[in-house]
Amino acid sequence: MVTPGADGRFGEFGGRFVPETLIPACQELEAAFVDAWADPTFRKELDEVLHEYAGRPSMITECHNLSEQLGIRLILKREDLNHTGSHKINNVIGQTLLAKRMGKKRIVAETGAGQHGVASATAAALMGLECKVYMGAVDVARQELNVFRMRLLGSEVEAVTSGSQTLKDAVNEAMRDWVATVESTHYCLGSVMGPHPYPYMVRQFHRVIGDEASVQCNELLGTHPDFVVACVGGGSNAMGIFSGFVDTPARLIGVEPAGGAAVGRGQPGVVHGMKSYLMQDEHGQVAEAHSISAGLDYPGVGPEHSYLASIGRSEYPTVTDDEVISAFQVMSRAEGIIPALECAHAMAWIIREAPKMQGKTVLMNLSGRGDKDVGQMMTILGGMK
Amino acid sequence: MIGRLETALRARIDAGGKCLVPYITGGYPGWVESIRACAANGADAVEIGIPFSDPVMDGPIIQQASQVSLDAGTTPLSILHEVRTLDVGIPLAVMCYYNTVFHAGEKRFASDLAAAGISAAIVPDLPLEESGPWTSAADEAGVETVMLAAPTAPDERLPRVTERARGFVYSVGLLGVTGERATLAGTATSLAARVMKVTTKPVLVGVGVSNAEQAVEASRVADGVIMGASVVRRMIEGGPDAVGAYVREVRQALDSTKW
Repeated sequence: MVTPGADGRFGEFGGRFVPETLIPACQELEAAFVDAWADPTFRKELDEVLHEYAGRPSMITECHNLSEQLGIRLILKREDLNHTGSHKINNVIGQTLLAKRMGKKRIVAETGAGQHGVASATAAALMGLECKVYMGAVDVARQELNVFRMRLLGSEVEAVTSGSQTLKDAVNEAMRDWVATVESTHYCLGSVMGPHPYPYMVRQFHRVIGDEASVQCNELLGTHPDFVVACVGGGSNAMGIFSGFVDTPARLIGVEPAGGAAVGRGQPGVVHGMKSYLMQDEHGQVAEAHSISAGLDYPGVGPEHSYLASIGRSEYPTVTDDEVISAFQVMSRAEGIIPALECAHAMAWIIREAPKMQGKTVLMNLSGRGDKDVGQMMTILGGMK
Repeated sequence: MIGRLETALRARIDAGGKCLVPYITGGYPGWVESIRACAANGADAVEIGIPFSDPVMDGPIIQQASQVSLDAGTTPLSILHEVRTLDVGIPLAVMCYYNTVFHAGEKRFASDLAAAGISAAIVPDLPLEESGPWTSAADEAGVETVMLAAPTAPDERLPRVTERARGFVYSVGLLGVTGERATLAGTATSLAARVMKVTTKPVLVGVGVSNAEQAVEASRVADGVIMGASVVRRMIEGGPDAVGAYVREVRQALDSTKW
């Protein structure tokens, strides 16, 4: 794995493209993270909270029914079983512990589907921090239960009405807040994106997924899986699980939505503090992503994914909304596990490509549970009478 | 190298005056006439905003103007095309986010600016550490790169920022995004004073300088001001005439103050 230097680069990607106002805060955060990460006391506290509060380690589940149907050996890493229902809690516990260590009293966060927002609101409640979550107005409408959850947990939720009113605009608004409040506030960024040190720091907080899965796969299989598959919006759950396997021969597959394929259809660009693949028009205006899943509705991708793609280490195929809707139902019926719509992207790719993977072992990161999506799916599927 | 922008600002400062640089969102209905109105009413230079889809340094007014402009089909090239024919007799700068530069390619963007008669560029999301590829291309093309000095910058950073600045040093008036405020933030004058101590280049205060009174207040410690949201709001509400009247009002307030 790459440990970026002072320039925050993964190959040519990454960096720190933020207004001068935020430079000292990014430098302070970088120093605080490096110091904390090397401090056994911090690591012990982090591990304890992850264990006692979030429920780690998460188990792996072998999907016997789907394996038989698809002719592969399918194993799930069960991040859906963490407290708050997704992998997002790993990063949020890490960042809120760090925020407290830095003496910050308030956090701001952006959220798409609401999973990172709920995780942030949860950790803020636990740690006694004030929390404000920015969420695109479109996402507020399609994820109203998560909005209520965040408010119930004591956080303020602001609907963002600028631009495409989705995740990218929520990031913009959170950054604007941070520019104005940087002295008292920590920006709890929810993915492996943004200015250095966020892509590196968030990956380190999520690598527990891959580190656990590596040991678990060794116990179950005696070796690494042939494929490691995860969905990619900003790419945090994928970077987390890839971390455990990037040094093995396993093929690393990051599945993007067809309407938000930053790596697949983007070009290098700079937004939200980082240089990375980015969907944009011929004039460099950032394109609006379109996906059935609010969590993947993002036109960019974390810079380490861009780097891994550029050196050919990982691959970024796309799936359509229709394939995702189908996979969501297939997994629910075959395994009794309702996946988050984000993870249904990974499942959709596996279903489509299974004929080419016969007899192979496939580890999929089930990064979140689908409870938050059943309302939306009920509308789409018409109640399934 | 001292370029056209710095030369024009120095002329004002050397004559005992204070600099006034209004900001106009490029491509917004009436923007060209608004620039003419600025020039005709005492602006020393005009900053032209090139609208970007994700303007993280801008508050609601400039966001709104940018969105209207983008919706009308404005592109960086369409702005530069119209600027070519704009002979207003004062230097023009562009304010653009870095992806606009990066996407076009640093060298091409710099030469496009120069060819359009643009003197300078302000790229608010390009901090000192990342500025190398752009500033070398800009220097080569004779485009002055204005650097921003932030209220959060420690003392050791300010001289490095001002050293790299061309045209003038943009002393950021507050912690936050562009927009009008009821009072001038304390950081506006405290930072400007810190910046003035470490450079002989013109130092202008921008972000949150919202009316003639605040322009005078900021200019007591700096060489002048950049005024954005308050100008753009007048362009939105009253068109070029309102912009001209406002610039004249601020100019008169600056000129009638004893410095």
